[in-house]
Amino acid sequence: MQVTASPQIKEHCYHCGDECDTTPIYADEKAFCCTGCKSVYELLYANNLCTYYNLEDGEKPGVTVNEEEVDINKFSYLDEDVVLGQLLSFKDDSLHKVLFQIPGMHCSSCIWLLENLFKLDAGIIQSRVNFLRKEISISYNPAKTKLSAVVTLLHKIGYAPTLNLDNLSRKKKKKDYAIYIRLGLTGFCFGNIMLLSFPDYFSLADEVNREFGSFFGYLNILISLPVFLYGAPVFFKSAWQGLKQKHINLDVPISLGLLSLFLVSLYDIFTGHGPGFLDSFTGLVFFMLIGKYVQQRTYDALEFDRDYKSYFPISVTTLEKGVEKIISVKELVPGKRIRIRNQELVPADAILLSGQAFIDYSFVSGESVPVPKVAGEIIYAGGRQTGESIQLEVIKDVSQSYLTQLWNNDIFRKERGYASFGTYAHNVGKYFITVTLLIALGALIYWVPRDHDMAIKAFTSVLVIACPCALSLSTPFTLSNVLRIFGKHKFYLKNGEVAETLAKADTIVFDKTGTLTVSNQTDLNYHGEPLTTDQQAFVRSVLQHSTHPLSQRVYESLAGKIWPVVNYKELPGKGVEGEVNGVLVRVGSVAYAGTQHQTANRSNRETSVYVQIGENQPGYFVFGNHYRDGLADLIRELRKTKKLAVLSGDNDAEKSNLQLLFGEDAELHFNQSPADKLTYIENLKKQNRRVIMVGDGLNDAGALKMSDAGISVTDSVNGFSPGCDAILDSGSFTRLADFLRFSRRSLQVILFSFGVSFIYNIIGLSLAVMGKFSPVISAILMPISSISVVLAAIIGVRVVAWRMGLNRTAQPKSSKETKTVIA
Amino acid sequence: MTIIYILIAISLTVAIIFLSSFLWAVKSGQYEDDYTPSVRILFEEENEEKPRKS
Repeated sequence: MQVTASPQIKEHCYHCGDECDTTPIYADEKAFCCTGCKSVYELLYANNLCTYYNLEDGEKPGVTVNEEEVDINKFSYLDEDVVLGQLLSFKDDSLHKVLFQIPGMHCSSCIWLLENLFKLDAGIIQSRVNFLRKEISISYNPAKTKLSAVVTLLHKIGYAPTLNLDNLSRKKKKKDYAIYIRLGLTGFCFGNIMLLSFPDYFSLADEVNREFGSFFGYLNILISLPVFLYGAPVFFKSAWQGLKQKHINLDVPISLGLLSLFLVSLYDIFTGHGPGFLDSFTGLVFFMLIGKYVQQRTYDALEFDRDYKSYFPISVTTLEKGVEKIISVKELVPGKRIRIRNQELVPADAILLSGQAFIDYSFVSGESVPVPKVAGEIIYAGGRQTGESIQLEVIKDVSQSYLTQLWNNDIFRKERGYASFGTYAHNVGKYFITVTLLIALGALIYWVPRDHDMAIKAFTSVLVIACPCALSLSTPFTLSNVLRIFGKHKFYLKNGEVAETLAKADTIVFDKTGTLTVSNQTDLNYHGEPLTTDQQAFVRSVLQHSTHPLSQRVYESLAGKIWPVVNYKELPGKGVEGEVNGVLVRVGSVAYAGTQHQTANRSNRETSVYVQIGENQPGYFVFGNHYRDGLADLIRELRKTKKLAVLSGDNDAEKSNLQLLFGEDAELHFNQSPADKLTYIENLKKQNRRVIMVGDGLNDAGALKMSDAGISVTDSVNGFSPGCDAILDSGSFTRLADFLRFSRRSLQVILFSFGVSFIYNIIGLSLAVMGKFSPVISAILMPISSISVVLAAIIGVRVVAWRMGLNRTAQPKSSKETKTVIA
Repeated sequence: MTIIYILIAISLTVAIIFLSSFLWAVKSGQYEDDYTPSVRILFEEENEEKPRKS
């Protein structure tokens, strides 16, 4: 048999830019990898929207569209008044406004196309994109188009919006602008006070005083009031909260410094002693607010505070006396009968009444092989049906289901406090304030017998100069740079504290399925007598007719030409059969096509498909986990410094393999429920371990939330597990060890910049105890120390990243290829 | 030198005008999205008056 030679040069799809794996489809002399891409092109071409392809040089912006998923009927529930009322942000007879998240948008071409939606649907009045948040706000005329049509259109052009239960329950979050206003206001006051202090800087104070009295001083007080009343309270509040919990954080010495600066300045100005330190005061607040701002900047599009609602559908089809009715998932109560179609999610624990269920729990557990279920079995919420539509009876509320009841655990009600083992800056705060107070008292004791005025001056100067503003700047600037570099490698951290936590962790717990293994990839192993070429072709021919996911997987792994099949039958729960070339071919379960192998296959724990050709039963295919490439290296690297453990929801079929990989001292636990995982992490924490949990499915959510730093491994950045602190793209998984090492090095950078700021403090303090500290020195020393600390932090991180080779953007993932081993 | 009072008054007024326009900009949502407009402005303006013939 002749094997078709693969084309010498692979063509790139005109729409999505991917290599065409199969024979390209041609239209308009342009190659397309699939009909989905072609139809998007045709749609855009017909509407004169081909600018889409020309906006970015060399990059094809398109997103591959799976045509089968686009069906307007699928979205008809969106036009129900119940759903509509909850989704629309504005409703009127002639105008509807709706806001969608579109995870697929990734470049300026996307923005262009999405803002030109009105050319594709006359009913759309306007569409505006917020790229950073990956949101689109669409206004349409309900008389001319429907919401379902708009959503279908978005699907058709490859920008599927996320539609889930969360859309309904979430309050529209407004971005917090207080920090911008604080920054602007403080910057304004800082600049003006500096300007008005110029006479003092140039030692013109005496002349000015003669002419204007304390006019400049009073004016400065007036301008600094907004800073004292609106800008600085951020630090006072945080310090007060720390003190209330009997915990001294860095904001305590900062507040002390700021307060003494302000009060000393008021005293100086009112008594005519001098011009005060108001320029330094406002400057400090301004610089530290920049630090806060840098700290607050996060990935807008990633919402870390999601729960199971982000995964569940908005509505569900119920059956009442045989009549289908679409209701909101929130109204679903036990006892209702529901219908779940192909690719739909089961929203609550339910009993299967009729239909052939193949439940894909990949999204719950990471397990990719669909599980067959027969009538009477319980299907847990979160499973996705593949195949025909099934009928179920709901037995539990959505929030009480096996999976979602995790959210009733206390851990989900608490805000995660990262200070549990303290960040560097806050630990330093404690010593800082002690040392500062000791020096201040020392200066006071030294000067009191000699010069009363000097004593007060020295005491307050020490408090002022020791204000650890540079310390409070170095941490956010270092960590925000770390976040940015991680972001380049598709490792997204919730905030800077997570980076510190990662650096200090000593235990790493892995989930198995979907984390250590690849969720959309299985190893297919054949056991038994090798199949001849003809036999392979026969099996392939029969399987071609089956839509069952396992059949398709086996079909893909086999080669050979397709024979005509007669008497093809699909027997639910058993398998498929058909006659090829006069020979009966059966493929299916052990009882159906593998009776001879029943004893040979010692463990029934793995999913297997048996083959029977004529009377002969040559063997069976076993679906196994596919471990991530490079996993062994990663584990070897991590084993050196950390304690490792594996928690798996699966049976222990893989135990010996894993033990070999992880070493003797690693703890391996199998058959773990979501709650077990949570308890395990809790116990580790009780032993004072600092735990990183690496997981993926919803069933890891509890453990991720419980751990000190939960990392969610995901194929798409928007499909990550809730409760996590960091999102790791599965393509970068094997670099985890590098990432941990990098975060450790970054902490050293912070320590280094602390050192830099201490040098300034020593200079300032020695001047202060000698009583030689003046407003001019303060005005010079303060900004220089802040800026140099920030520079030290930024440059330090870059140098470390450059040395570790992390400064470049990650290499694009090699195209996914399913690996098949026929043994 | 009393002219200084007036000068300072004028300079502060101007500064306050800028400050308030900044506050207005923040409040009116101009900081909502600081990326998309920079891309949007580079898109070719197409003539909307003349409907295209295809």
